[in-house]
Amino acid sequence: MLKSFEPNKIFAITSRAPKYVLFLFIIVLSIGLTEALFLSPEDYKQSHSVRIMYVHVPSAWISLGIFSLIAFLSLVSFIFKNKNFSLISKSLAPSGFLFNIIALVTGAIWGKPTWGTWWAWDARITSMLILALFYSMYLLSWKIFRNEKQATKITSIIAILGVINVPIIKFSVDWWSTLHQTSSVKILSTTSIHISMLIPLAIMTAAFTLFSILIFLMKYNTELIKIKNKGLDRL
Amino acid sequence: MINEIISMNGYGIYVWSAFSFTLMSFGSLFFVTKLQFLKERRKFVQKFGLLNGEAIKVAKSQKVNQKILEGVLSSKI
Repeated sequence: MLKSFEPNKIFAITSRAPKYVLFLFIIVLSIGLTEALFLSPEDYKQSHSVRIMYVHVPSAWISLGIFSLIAFLSLVSFIFKNKNFSLISKSLAPSGFLFNIIALVTGAIWGKPTWGTWWAWDARITSMLILALFYSMYLLSWKIFRNEKQATKITSIIAILGVINVPIIKFSVDWWSTLHQTSSVKILSTTSIHISMLIPLAIMTAAFTLFSILIFLMKYNTELIKIKNKGLDRL
Repeated sequence: MINEIISMNGYGIYVWSAFSFTLMSFGSLFFVTKLQFLKERRKFVQKFGLLNGEAIKVAKSQKVNQKILEGVLSSKI
């Protein structure tokens, strides 16, 4: 099964996919922005500042999702010694890191009108900052360690250690008394957010997911060409 | 109407700056990634051009190499 993940087979798809994903992303983002900025209602307490949720929440979700995926792929690559999994993890990291930064910055912007402060050393916010540090260490390790085997090993360790922080982020609002509110969107129980706000949130999440797929595909193709460049040097 | 959309009951500065930051970040990452891709592909084409007879045959036999070169040709059209 792992052989179907060989770069030679995947490249036929990944080289063509970006233009279609970009097209789809622009359409979904346009609909999402229209919904989020103009059509969705304002909140009875937070007024229009609630609209920041449509960029803040999907960014946080995606950054957590990508890091979890990186950790899973790193573990698989560590066990099965499959290079392609570490290549996929490496290509996922830039968009995950960007979404982490967006979640932190838009969270700070949202914090000012709602809490009266840009920043608080609250459990949720601090654990998200720690996630950003893990992302930075992960990305920097690929740059610092030129030896591929060594880089794969170190980045895998960082990802596996860093993923411990993911459930801490998720449950921080339940475990500690935080300034950050508890989750409004729940998979296993009733969601406390109104459908008129849930729809734009879902559309924006879809748009952001498409963007992370787009960046992943472009980065993956770049990494693959880099490997092929090294191959040409040996000929 | 337009003033209402811009000011958003005094929250406009926060809302617009959050959305602007997000979209600018998207644009920056997209262009940086695109530039890196084009740079690597240019390097590949240059290296491919420097290969001699036998090496060209070996390189051309690999499907990924063919796909990369196809991509260069189709993006020029």
